[in-house]
Amino acid sequence: MDVETDNNRLERRRTLDQVKRSHLHRLILQKIGSYALLSAGAVSMVAPFLWMISTSLKAPGAVFSFQQTWWEEWIPTSFVWENYVKAMRVVPFLNFYLNSIFVTLCVTLGQVATSAMAGYAFARLKFPGRDRIFFGYLSTMMVPGAVTMIPVFILLKTLGWVDTYKAMILPGIFTAYGTFMLRQFFMTLPKDLEDAAKMDGCNYLGIFWRIILPLSKPALATLTTFTFMGSWMNFMWPLIVINTQEKFTLPVGLAYFQSLHHTDWTLLMAASVMMILPILLVFIFNQRFFVEGIKLTGIKG
Amino acid sequence: MKKLSWFHCHSCKETMAAYLFLLPNLLGFLVFTSVPVMASLLLSFVEWDLLSWPPRFVGGANFVALLRDPYFWQYCGNTVYLMMSIPFSMAGSLILALALNQKLRGIVFFRTVYFLPTLCSGVAIYMLWRLIYNPEFGVFNQFIAKAGELLNLRLTGPQWLTDERWAKPALIIMGVWQMVGGYNMILYLAALQGVPRDYYDAAEVDGANGWQKFWAVTWPQISPTTFFIAIMSIIGGFQAGFDPAYIMTGGGPNGSTTTIIFYLYNNAFQWHNMGYAAAIAWVLFVIVFAFTLFQWRFYGKNVHY
Repeated sequence: MDVETDNNRLERRRTLDQVKRSHLHRLILQKIGSYALLSAGAVSMVAPFLWMISTSLKAPGAVFSFQQTWWEEWIPTSFVWENYVKAMRVVPFLNFYLNSIFVTLCVTLGQVATSAMAGYAFARLKFPGRDRIFFGYLSTMMVPGAVTMIPVFILLKTLGWVDTYKAMILPGIFTAYGTFMLRQFFMTLPKDLEDAAKMDGCNYLGIFWRIILPLSKPALATLTTFTFMGSWMNFMWPLIVINTQEKFTLPVGLAYFQSLHHTDWTLLMAASVMMILPILLVFIFNQRFFVEGIKLTGIKG
Repeated sequence: MKKLSWFHCHSCKETMAAYLFLLPNLLGFLVFTSVPVMASLLLSFVEWDLLSWPPRFVGGANFVALLRDPYFWQYCGNTVYLMMSIPFSMAGSLILALALNQKLRGIVFFRTVYFLPTLCSGVAIYMLWRLIYNPEFGVFNQFIAKAGELLNLRLTGPQWLTDERWAKPALIIMGVWQMVGGYNMILYLAALQGVPRDYYDAAEVDGANGWQKFWAVTWPQISPTTFFIAIMSIIGGFQAGFDPAYIMTGGGPNGSTTTIIFYLYNNAFQWHNMGYAAAIAWVLFVIVFAFTLFQWRFYGKNVHY
């Protein structure tokens, strides 16, 4: 009897091991498959960027020549760094850069500051009409930007602000979205600290500055990165309100560059690389906030 | 009875503070958002070229003209056609997210790389794709030509952006490349991580294979995310297409890549038909509003398991 059960047990263990082993094989195969898929995806994501960089370093004629081997297409035979210098000289590229930096910084700072203040008022203070005003904010969140674009342009024109930095900066600062996002985050903060501060005679500004803001660094960083990105890449609005070359931001300047030198591909790509670079740096250092921010906005809707 | 002075009343102090905190944002919000929304509705009932004064009231004529404008319908069609990139990119996002949702090394690396196209979207990227689609020395046609050489055939690729039949597919391919690894993939990844492990264990006990597990467990569990992504992409899709059209095609050839927003821009800022452009904006608003309502209604009804 005993021997039989032992045999049975042994048998069972053997089959179990087999199942486990086949499972392990499957897992390994699955992993290899996943890596293959992910790598193929990564290559197709990066290839256009490599093409961009390699074009930006080619001699002007090399773009058009067909007698190249495939690797010469992707790796230039001689690196023409001069393209970058030329691209900066053909149009006042440095000027566009400074304009972009100035406008983006103003919009980002303005948006984060005013949104945080308003978000605090909505999340923590009681005042008559609060819920009605907040509903007003919410109800404009789904209004397409195209709806407000025309009246805002007319307003700026009547004020004589068209073709000024103000016209680029001010309308970009005030969004219902930023206020909404920060308000939602402030609501989740524990109230105990504030109550203690109130006991100690701290006023509302003190609470906002010393308690709410330090506790909200992740949310503030998220809003900062998104606003920065949106403003840096914004093409349509500066295109509408700016007419003179001295005030062009990078995207508008780049489009202007293209309209002048339609086929100077090496220079166009050099300029494009220079435009993308700052965003890339911001992203690499703030990656965490991007991912968290996307999840936050995605889940809250 | 002791009379409370304004400044010593606690709730009054709070009210004052609240309005002071709110003031900058509220002022900007009124000037640049809520009043303009109203103003654009009024504008849609007038005819105005920005120069003459006063604007001429025309009632609903702008909307009637819009409904009879064959170009408007063509451009609406273009906008919807270009949204074909949405299902393709969503499927791609889900596949990538499934591959990433395992205990693998280098997840952060892949996630970063996939996010690059979304991150850099803008004028620079559209210029790059104009080069990629160049009929003679762009990547695609060179590849087609070289593949032809291998097969001893003379293959020539399409004219892409300058060919009416190929311009839209070209923009769709670019759109898929841009969207596939971006926000949607990250949302899918978050959703996949939220599916309870027990469900898979239960399915395994029942002898389900990977394919069956996906359709029986994963797919229904992430359906709210799919729904959310689809609706948000459609809402975004109706308002999309300005930058690529401006940089890559100029809306052509033959208006084949002009979207609603590009038509609106041309009407308002090239031809100065302010009233007509405002009417287009409001039609756009109604479409977006309908989809938003749809989302609110169905969220939690049809998609939850």
